[in-house]
Amino acid sequence: MKALLRLRPYLTKYKMTLLWGVCTVIVSNLFVVAMPLIIGNAVDTIKGGLETGKLRSGLLAEDAALIVGFSIVAGFMTFLTRQTIIVVSRKIEYDLRNDFLAHIQKLSLGYFQNTPTGDLMAHATNDIAAVRNTLGPGIMYPSDTFMTFSMALTLMFIKDWSLTLMALVPLPLVSFAVYKLGKIIHEKFNERQEQYSLLTTRAQENLSGIRVVKAYVREEYEAGLFEKLSWVYLKKNLVLAKAQSVMWPLMYMLVGFSLIITVYFGGLQVIAGTITIGTLTAFFTYLSMLIWPMIAFGWVTNIIQQGAASMERIARIFDTVPEIRDTEETDILIKHISGEVEFRNVSFTHRGAAGPTLKGINLKIPQGTTLAVVGHTGSGKSTFVNLLPRLYDATEGEILIDGINIRKIPLEVLRLHIGYVPQETFLFSETISENIGYGVDEMAREQIYEAAEISQISKDVNEFPNQFETMLGERGITLSGGQKQRTSIARAVLRKPKILILDDALSSVDTYTEEAILKRLRGVMADRTSIIISHRISTVKDADLIIVMDKGKIVERGTHDELVALGGIYANLHQKQLLEKELEQLQ
Amino acid sequence: MNEEDVLGKAYDGKLMRRLLYYLRPYKWYVVLGIGLSMVVSALEAVRPYFTKIAVDVNIKNHDSRGLLSTALLFLTVLMLRGVTQYFNSYLTQWIGQKTIYDLRMEIFRHLQNLSLKFYDRNPIGRLITRVTNDVEVLNDMFSSGIVMVFSDVFMIIGILWFMFSMNWQLAVVSLSVLPFLFYGTFLFRKKAREAYRDVRVQIARINAFMQEHVTGMIVDQIFNREERAFKQFDELNAAHRDANIRSIFYYAVFYPAVDIIGAVAVGLIIWYAGGRTLEGTVTIGTIMAFLQFNEMFWRPIRDLSEKYNIMQTAMASSERIFKLLDDRTRITDSADPVRLDGVKGKIEFRNVWFAYDGEHWVLKNVSFVIKPGETAAIVGHTGAGKTTITSLLSRFYEIQKGEILIDDINIKTVRQEELRKHIAVVLQDVFLFSGDIKGNISLGNDKIPFQHVKAAAQFVGVDQFIEAMPRQYDEEVKERGATLSVGQKQLLSFARALAYNPKILVLDEATSSIDTTTELLIQSAIRKLLQGRSSIVIAHRLSTIQNADKIIVMHKGEIRETGTHQELLALGGLYYKLYQLQYKEQEVRD
Repeated sequence: MKALLRLRPYLTKYKMTLLWGVCTVIVSNLFVVAMPLIIGNAVDTIKGGLETGKLRSGLLAEDAALIVGFSIVAGFMTFLTRQTIIVVSRKIEYDLRNDFLAHIQKLSLGYFQNTPTGDLMAHATNDIAAVRNTLGPGIMYPSDTFMTFSMALTLMFIKDWSLTLMALVPLPLVSFAVYKLGKIIHEKFNERQEQYSLLTTRAQENLSGIRVVKAYVREEYEAGLFEKLSWVYLKKNLVLAKAQSVMWPLMYMLVGFSLIITVYFGGLQVIAGTITIGTLTAFFTYLSMLIWPMIAFGWVTNIIQQGAASMERIARIFDTVPEIRDTEETDILIKHISGEVEFRNVSFTHRGAAGPTLKGINLKIPQGTTLAVVGHTGSGKSTFVNLLPRLYDATEGEILIDGINIRKIPLEVLRLHIGYVPQETFLFSETISENIGYGVDEMAREQIYEAAEISQISKDVNEFPNQFETMLGERGITLSGGQKQRTSIARAVLRKPKILILDDALSSVDTYTEEAILKRLRGVMADRTSIIISHRISTVKDADLIIVMDKGKIVERGTHDELVALGGIYANLHQKQLLEKELEQLQ
Repeated sequence: MNEEDVLGKAYDGKLMRRLLYYLRPYKWYVVLGIGLSMVVSALEAVRPYFTKIAVDVNIKNHDSRGLLSTALLFLTVLMLRGVTQYFNSYLTQWIGQKTIYDLRMEIFRHLQNLSLKFYDRNPIGRLITRVTNDVEVLNDMFSSGIVMVFSDVFMIIGILWFMFSMNWQLAVVSLSVLPFLFYGTFLFRKKAREAYRDVRVQIARINAFMQEHVTGMIVDQIFNREERAFKQFDELNAAHRDANIRSIFYYAVFYPAVDIIGAVAVGLIIWYAGGRTLEGTVTIGTIMAFLQFNEMFWRPIRDLSEKYNIMQTAMASSERIFKLLDDRTRITDSADPVRLDGVKGKIEFRNVWFAYDGEHWVLKNVSFVIKPGETAAIVGHTGAGKTTITSLLSRFYEIQKGEILIDDINIKTVRQEELRKHIAVVLQDVFLFSGDIKGNISLGNDKIPFQHVKAAAQFVGVDQFIEAMPRQYDEEVKERGATLSVGQKQLLSFARALAYNPKILVLDEATSSIDTTTELLIQSAIRKLLQGRSSIVIAHRLSTIQNADKIIVMHKGEIRETGTHQELLALGGLYYKLYQLQYKEQEVRD
């Protein structure tokens, strides 16, 4: 429950509206609760008419008009209640969701690697919705219930306290039953939901792998697996159905007991003459008025509990402090960087990893030069380049740009001057030009064309249905791996970065296109710094400096010729390639 | 608008008849359910009658004993009603669950039998929705829908009967507000539905945006686009909020309006009935009973309009489901199939023409013969038709012209199941199922004993890696083999092909670069796999091509050259160029 306290600032923002909302609840209840009295009065008037033989029909018409009038006032107030309290709950939901996104935007790569996207999505949708439920219905119904309850009870007690007490005996049971059953239902519902997601996952897998299923004639087997899961799902549904089926009959029975008690004991009192028939009628009306609040009470308790649990999960994310952010160390006066990079004894260990991924990296990359990085998968190449835009922070040593520790450079400035093409290309479901222009605020047509030209994607784009305005992704076309990489390169190039990083970004591009891209890049990046990771010798051979990484260390460094002369890993790779060529030519 | 967002009419006779067909196996349960709801409705409708008796007979005559027996009778009816309602509610859910279970399995089996042509056209996400969401929606209709509609209708009939038999004039007076209620409800439903649809569209947009930007968060961060993304999100979020607020307005008007209409009815009852008491046509008990009827009447009517929504979504879902079930994109077996015994493995394509869409030829007059035990490597540019050839051999698609023969038997005359039994397919993109290692090799085929699984793993050299894992062959495989490396996955798929010990092998070599050790393992595994089998390989490795008995060079759907590596190089034609372009400069082996 404590988690819900965190909503205070959100509630405070709308406190006047909420206050106004609670007022309307009070007023509407005053009018609602008065109605049974009028009905009771009317019945007594009729009864009196029967006894005296003269009906005061004017009084009766007045009562009828009052009932309608009161209900109009009460109805108008209820309208206002919904327009205030429920509307506020939607506004808070909006605020909360915006804050949620704003917060996760600050979290760093490490966080996203350890948190499944699905989890974050669930928080942003289900949990926030549950909190919204607590805020809207969770405020409106309890206050409404409380008002109806206290007012109706007071009036009933005034009329006849002993009858009131007797009639009320079963009602707390209603709340309790709703609460308990609600809990069981919620539990069973979750169990069923888990099975449902298993079922969905299975269908997903089967359909994604349909080619394998068909090739190996496993259709029947797959159907059997799915059938088993479906059967368990059916069973879980029936368990849930059992719990749900108890709910309403039980409610009716408990409420019915109240009615019977009132009829019998109230009836005895009418016979004894201690109360009038009108009072009995009023009691009936009150009872039916109290049924819903009693049900709502149990229901709302569950809603609030679920809301609290959800808020707790959301709060946990809000409490996650971004690992990488600007601190007091940051020198906000730095607005530009030139591009000289230096690694000083840098080591890096992933959180929870057994050993370091990078060990004692020392390296200087002068401005305007190209560094190439070669090495096995898992040798630490990607981690190495990830340290520059501070996707990770080095655990030891320091990284300097223009002689300044990058932790002192404002994060925004640092990243603004880096063009990064990640290993796994990620493009958004927007148009090609929007994707290429993604990294700049204003995108001039010519610049986009130029960047596309450099990255050799323009020819492909011109063949698309809407050229540069072609949508990508689900609502558009799917690019091939190479096209994606080239688009991603164009996106980085367009920023005119001081430092360009290509993390194995040419792997799906054929060698000819690669050559063309590298040639154009050399022109654009003449006075800028480039870092290129690659598997191919052809990509790296012209770099100013090539480093070979192995198990997190730089094991060789030099130019292509120097490394070949050195006779190490690089030379070995090169040798193999040459040998292969010769062999082929010999045959 | 998306297919998923369409909400059509609430009732469609043709669809309904077809849906009811699924209730057939349970028809007696349905009858029982309807019977039970009649009982429940009758017991419910009789309730105010007890009040009337208590007031007009017992209390009026000062008969406290009579009052007690009325109360006890009332109690009995109440208990009976509760118990009946419980059973009825459970029964209807049971019927719903059984029915949708049947339907779900029918859809799933149907999907298994559709051909790849169908899968090329339909995104998987949509198909999953059919098996899950759409069926789930029908559950609402089968369980709470059909039987409960009966129960609501009975309830209304029951109440009307009591009202009219007690006092028909008063009944007419108190029901006079109904048209207003109906019209109000109709108006509300329309508006609320529009608003709801709006909300749904908005929430889908929010989700899609979230999904994309959480996945691509690092890109946002690196390119300093947090603010831009936030602004876009803010817009979507605000649109969602406003759509909700619009929908709140309709609810805020509707509920009080219903209350007011109810109060008008109460006022009318009191005003009209009061005047009639002196004439003796209306008693106080009648007034009290009518006040209760008035309240009881509201619920089933409100429910009925809710059912309207359920029906509407159910109709939309069932339309989509039936459209899927009616899709007959499948390849049918010959009525009089030829057996394919003791396959030797001769493969022949004879003047094969094929187009996926029946229009644009992907293969043009393709002819070649692969002798038993031979390996044919297919090379060519992307889009040359390489993969198509392999798909056609397994008869995943139907060719338009020509013949494909295995051991001189046209594959059209053989049962697909039997044909595919003799062909093992190894795809470039290895697909692993969640489960365990051995299940991924045998694919759950219980005709493949564990020894064979193990032997296959040993043969392709993946056994050492498997045995190094804590649970060995029982080791868990995550969805899509997430925890395994690319090389391991490929070796597992080789083991899978081998475990099925086919006469014919179709191999689409993966292009991704792998470390040297694994690469060597894979190369030797491929050599072993090809031995003694007729194979078609879409080759990416120079070593595979060099070892092939025959190289088929494809270009734009036609065979341009055939021969061995040496012959084709000497020819200096298309293969020579391809070789220069693709194979000569192999990637750095690291």
